[in-house]
Amino acid sequence: MCSLGLFPPPPPPGDITLYEFNNALVCGHLYETLPLAFQSQLADLPVLGLPKETLKAHSRLEHGTKPAFIHHRESLWKRCINAWRDVGVCGVLNEVANAEEEALQWVKTGSRYALAVCHWVSSLHGSLFPHLSVSFWGAGCTIRAFAWHPHTSKFAVALLDDSIRVYNTNSATIPTLKHRLQRNVAAMAWKPLCASILAVACQSCVLVWHLDPTSLSTRPSSGCAQVLSYPGHSPVTSLAWAPSGELLLSASPVDTAMLVWDVSTENCVQLPWFGGGGVTYLAWSPDGSKVLAATPSAVFRVWEAQMWTCERWPTIKGRCQTGCWSPDGSRLLFTVLGESVIYSLSFSEYRGEMQGQVGGSKTASIVADLSETTFETLYGEERIGGEVHSMAWDPSGERLAVIIRGNPDVPESPTVIAVFRTRNSPVFELLPCGFLRGEQGAQPQLIAFHPCFKKGALLTVCWSTGKISHIPFFFVSAQLPCFSPGRSPVAAMASASVREQPLFSEL
Amino acid sequence: MSAGPGQQQALLRQVLGWRVAAAVAWSVLLLPLCTAAFVVLSGIDPFHPLRWVSNSFNDLYTSYVIFCILLMSVVILVISIFNVEFYAVVPSIPCSRLALIGKIIHPQQVIHSVVHAVMGVLVAWCAAVMTKGKFQFLAVPCTSSESLDDAVPQVCLNEYHLFFLLSGAFMGYSYSLLYLVNNMNYLPFPIIQQYKYLRFRRSLPLLVKHSCVESLYLVRNFCIAYYFFGYIPRAWISTTMDLHIDSKLHPLDTLTGLLDLSLLYHAWLCGVFLLITWYITWLLFKIYATETHHFPVQPTFAEETDQCLPKILNSNPPLIIKFLALQDLMLLSQYSPVRRQEVFSLSQPGGHPHNWTAISKECLNLLSDLTQRLIAQQEAAAAANGRAKQPAGELKISPQTPGAIVTEDMSFQLQRSNVIPRAPMPSLVKSSLLPLKASPGSDVGTPFSSPILNCKAGILDLNSPWHGSVQSPHIMRRGPKLWTSNSDLQMNGSHQESFPVFSVVRAGSEAVQPSFIYTWLQNKQEQIKNFLSKRALIMYFFSKHPEASIQAVFSDAQMHIWALEGLSHLVAASFTEDQFGVVQTTLPAILNTLLTLQEVVDRHFKLPHVSSKPPRISGSLVDTSYKTLRFALRASLKTALYRIITVFGEHLNAVQVSTEHKKRLQQFLEYKE
Repeated sequence: MCSLGLFPPPPPPGDITLYEFNNALVCGHLYETLPLAFQSQLADLPVLGLPKETLKAHSRLEHGTKPAFIHHRESLWKRCINAWRDVGVCGVLNEVANAEEEALQWVKTGSRYALAVCHWVSSLHGSLFPHLSVSFWGAGCTIRAFAWHPHTSKFAVALLDDSIRVYNTNSATIPTLKHRLQRNVAAMAWKPLCASILAVACQSCVLVWHLDPTSLSTRPSSGCAQVLSYPGHSPVTSLAWAPSGELLLSASPVDTAMLVWDVSTENCVQLPWFGGGGVTYLAWSPDGSKVLAATPSAVFRVWEAQMWTCERWPTIKGRCQTGCWSPDGSRLLFTVLGESVIYSLSFSEYRGEMQGQVGGSKTASIVADLSETTFETLYGEERIGGEVHSMAWDPSGERLAVIIRGNPDVPESPTVIAVFRTRNSPVFELLPCGFLRGEQGAQPQLIAFHPCFKKGALLTVCWSTGKISHIPFFFVSAQLPCFSPGRSPVAAMASASVREQPLFSEL
Repeated sequence: MSAGPGQQQALLRQVLGWRVAAAVAWSVLLLPLCTAAFVVLSGIDPFHPLRWVSNSFNDLYTSYVIFCILLMSVVILVISIFNVEFYAVVPSIPCSRLALIGKIIHPQQVIHSVVHAVMGVLVAWCAAVMTKGKFQFLAVPCTSSESLDDAVPQVCLNEYHLFFLLSGAFMGYSYSLLYLVNNMNYLPFPIIQQYKYLRFRRSLPLLVKHSCVESLYLVRNFCIAYYFFGYIPRAWISTTMDLHIDSKLHPLDTLTGLLDLSLLYHAWLCGVFLLITWYITWLLFKIYATETHHFPVQPTFAEETDQCLPKILNSNPPLIIKFLALQDLMLLSQYSPVRRQEVFSLSQPGGHPHNWTAISKECLNLLSDLTQRLIAQQEAAAAANGRAKQPAGELKISPQTPGAIVTEDMSFQLQRSNVIPRAPMPSLVKSSLLPLKASPGSDVGTPFSSPILNCKAGILDLNSPWHGSVQSPHIMRRGPKLWTSNSDLQMNGSHQESFPVFSVVRAGSEAVQPSFIYTWLQNKQEQIKNFLSKRALIMYFFSKHPEASIQAVFSDAQMHIWALEGLSHLVAASFTEDQFGVVQTTLPAILNTLLTLQEVVDRHFKLPHVSSKPPRISGSLVDTSYKTLRFALRASLKTALYRIITVFGEHLNAVQVSTEHKKRLQQFLEYKE
């Protein structure tokens, strides 16, 4: 088992981590450039600063075009109908209670009482089902979601003002995606095996943007977006594409059913279960065989993606916070809210003959202890450790990045990114690599690995200051050299199962 | 080589037989549950809940309820037989209103409707008997009203019972009609594999809701019908069965008679009962029939040869078997490394990759068939749009249509200008595309691009003499369409400076000679069509709905989607799993076929009247997924290409494809498609 005590001490304050080379993280000042040999690898990756002030932060408060028009008084009856259409029963009650008309005094008092009862009942709902009230950590920061394209150097960033920008290293145009229904973006995912289709989880629906990769337009029209909505399925907070590119999973913490979408035809199939609330986190294993679905209660499920049966995993302490799959889909690392450890769960190798079996081992084992550790450095002591907020495993399965949230009560315990070196076969190994440090005062919010970085791994970090930086890890993969430029799921799976066989490359 | 029809029937029976049996068994087993629910709900009495519950539980054991269950089982059996006889994996989509009417009065459909109406009467009779009260019997004793003093006991007609029976017949008939109109005989295959129980449970709430709502509409329609025509069957029944009409009661074909809440509730409940039991039967059949079937790739015993996957794909089995085989191919290529290994294996004596050859050949045949069909459809569309869209027309018309030219030249001579000649699918198009299919390995380019370029160039330099010399508006309008054939172009090229019109006429007359009668007939046909198309009513029936005809073209696209998925997964897996390199030999052909199809599909979505987005599908019980198959095809075609391309990457540059396709491949490699 690996613990934080084995880590090298964090870099001195003021320095930021630049890259990893020769198994050590190299720090330096921001203006220091990479060694020449590596510069070509990163030359075209944009380092972005998206400060909060530049965004029109209050765009969400405007409800339509109402403020642009002169106020016009309508009859009470008409206003009630409008309120009914917009907000529902509560709106009507509100409208009646606040009406200025003299008549109907008793109706007004009645509706006031009814409104009070409504409010009381809705507050009761929150206290009865605490897991249904969702809050986002770090909701105040600029970047809400980040997604790398699975095959090319292209990524999408969802911003606080509900717009999405798509950056492409090969083109200077930065399309900005805006849509009437694109509110409270919680997650994004690019469709695999496709040039440019982006699924966005919004408040009321899933938007699927069909972007033309050759287009020069910076504002694709909302006609390019497909709206996938299902009654009772909102807010959508997590998405996952099947690695084979055919199906999209969407989930909401309020809806107990996950939806499997056939996006091209907008057909969907519900995957219901009973109890446990909705789904807070989805992760499809890279080989496409299994899906992790975490619920707001102390249980998570691992679905098998052929016959769609699930294995139920109750945890002891809290809900499953995050999880990630090894590239061959045989191992799941997950963390639990309230515990500062990483669990590992291994699955029997996927053969396809065991229809409807998930094949998980009996118990999960602890592979890393991330409890608080004090480091004595030249610049004073630093306390690092705590719960894990999110994890990312690089596509070659060699590096694992973990955001460790510090103790919120202690000011000097910061949120850090810890990086592990990992190996998945023949035996699972987790070795410390080091801590990543960003600029002064910046906290890491989101992390993601570049899906096809040739010289090792490339970690992209979105900081709370609105900065997006890329940190390369240069190493030679211990696995077989990868023939394909983009690691396809089938190839990854196949190389795992028939590794000894000679490969052909000549045609 | 191919198995005889007898063997195929045996195979069909073997695959489908037990599924049908299980579906029927389950729907019969579920019948007592539905009946119990019906009995409980029909005796509803909100003011005496205890009495209601105890009464309805007592009723469940009575002999007539048991008899009704037996009778209903027979009804279910008959309904199942009709489901089995009428199912289709490829929906038949009527393209015009006339075709729809033709389908409704087709003898087969008439039998379907009549039998369903009779079954409806039986169900309604059961419902009436189980409801008891005033509905139970057709004949009730009553007293004649004229003489109150000497009350003579008489037998009167119970109109409530008659109302029930007729509503049953009406609902049965409506069910049959909706079954036809909504294409409910179509078996949609699910997008994900799930266990049967889960699929059934998922659909059950939807089924109940749909039945309740539909029954409401049916009762409303029946009430309206009964209000106007109710006196006819009443008089008929009362005379034939010698029953009196009780004049003390309100007749039901009046407003006051129909506004009887209990009557409406029970009629509605009877409708719900009928629809739920029949829909459950239908749903179970659908679930069982579309379940995956495991076909062996390699026969373990000699007598199993006819049932293994390559053999079935290559023979011409019943469509459902072919669908199941393709579905199995898709699943094995995606999920089962062991079975993939069997596909890539070599035959034991001889060392031939028979399995792979058979499978890939069939998939490629399917795909190139689709390509040809789409080309034909695009030509028809282009011919129809030739006049309306002149600038685009010249690009859309495929060059190899001498047949179309012939008709047009004739029409040109006859000075008919307002008729749009329907270009009959010329046989030459097929032959020109044959090399594509026949020698897939050879270096065949796309069938359009280069001729189109020629064509365009020809028009560019030909246009000037045309516009200079000819003034006739007909010719002007037809200008672009006359220059669509390569041979024509060459022929005209020599004469163009001097007499372009003459050369055209001569070229036309030369070609006309062998089949003059044929063209004459065609002209007459066009003339008649032209004459008829001016009559609005006939237009209404004959006019083709563009959306429907597009749906009809793609109605069996599910097969092609599976072929694409199976093929692409196999090819992608072959990168690491194919030990003998059997896939490499077919890789150029596969890429050619896929890229050509991609080109044609792209072109299809650029046609006028073709929407680029799927219509909204309401989450209803009736599956309309066949309407969106073309979008699924487009998506899976692109995914299939990317799947192959991501795995092979730069190695694809070594594959022999035409330059056009090479360019296309490069775009795919850069993720710019």
